[in-house]
Amino acid sequence: MKGFHTLLVAVAVVGGGALWYAAQRKPAPASTRTPDRGAPPPVAATDGFRGFTVGSDSAAVEVVEYSDFECPFCASFATVQMPVIREQLVAKGKVRWRYRDFPLPTHAYSRYAALAAQCAGEQGKFWEMHDQLFFRHDWAQTGKNPRSLFRDFAKGIGLDLDRYDACMDGQRYAGRIQASVEEGDRLGVNGTPTFFVNGRRFEGRPTSDAFTALVDSLTRQRKSKT
Amino acid sequence: MRRRQAVVLLALGGLLLALYLSLYKLGLIGTLQCGTGSCEYVQTSRYAELLGMPVAFYGVVGYAALFVVGLAGMQPRFANDRRLTVLLAALSSLGLAFTLYLTYIELFVLRAVCRWCVGSAVIIAAIWALSMWGVRRTD
Repeated sequence: MKGFHTLLVAVAVVGGGALWYAAQRKPAPASTRTPDRGAPPPVAATDGFRGFTVGSDSAAVEVVEYSDFECPFCASFATVQMPVIREQLVAKGKVRWRYRDFPLPTHAYSRYAALAAQCAGEQGKFWEMHDQLFFRHDWAQTGKNPRSLFRDFAKGIGLDLDRYDACMDGQRYAGRIQASVEEGDRLGVNGTPTFFVNGRRFEGRPTSDAFTALVDSLTRQRKSKT
Repeated sequence: MRRRQAVVLLALGGLLLALYLSLYKLGLIGTLQCGTGSCEYVQTSRYAELLGMPVAFYGVVGYAALFVVGLAGMQPRFANDRRLTVLLAALSSLGLAFTLYLTYIELFVLRAVCRWCVGSAVIIAAIWALSMWGVRRTD
């Protein structure tokens, strides 16, 4: 009996220690990707979905952004630079912007947020949800389950909540997100946000001024060729 | 006595597991260590809460109750007390029924499996089997 009590105490101490360790452990840096982390690997979709876009189909320049809704750098870009880009480049027909999901496995709710945006996209409100997720980014700092908050976002942007719930519960677009991740992997994306401008990786500091200069340059080149 | 020892040990394991999931729900643990499972999807689904409380909290309460009853049953004066045997069987049956419901949700509604939930299901099934065995043995 004494041996059993010793075993019981040992299990309690080891288990309690493991819980304490888990609670103390800091998350890995937000902008780097560690491929062996435990993100669920759903089957990649084969529906050929290429990401939600904003801007004219006839724009001379296309920017593809690989982003993660939980990433603070992505949120900073979306809230500081993107509004200017939308106004100065997208709205003027110079750029078509394509958003691709690249949820980092170091983040607890990245895929869930990506799923929420996809489910909003199903109802034609991807960009509205995109803005909610980035502009109200507190959820990414608290570490708390954002399910009800995302549902509030969905309600706030006027989604049909029954359809949204069904979409989320069924993980309807998990495969699309995985396909986007695999595509990013093939392209060598190793952090977020990563940009490709007309297929070439953008290496500079992602500011609205930098994109404006590059887009103007590419547009001029295209005009001079024609 | 061996059976009750096993129940106590299993209940302690289940309690630690449920505590881990509860800490996650409280935001005290950033990311669930899940390997190849779909823990995040399961734990963020609407079925991860029941009557406004995270399902993991019910696990903490249930396993704590099994642990206390099992531990009490190991005391010499309760060694042959059939009431504790029946109480263990009743509690574990309740836990098993709840687990079966949650497993159904995982497999047929969410179509995603959280390996921590599988671990808990194995533990409660083992406790239930041991408890029912105890009921039969004392008939």
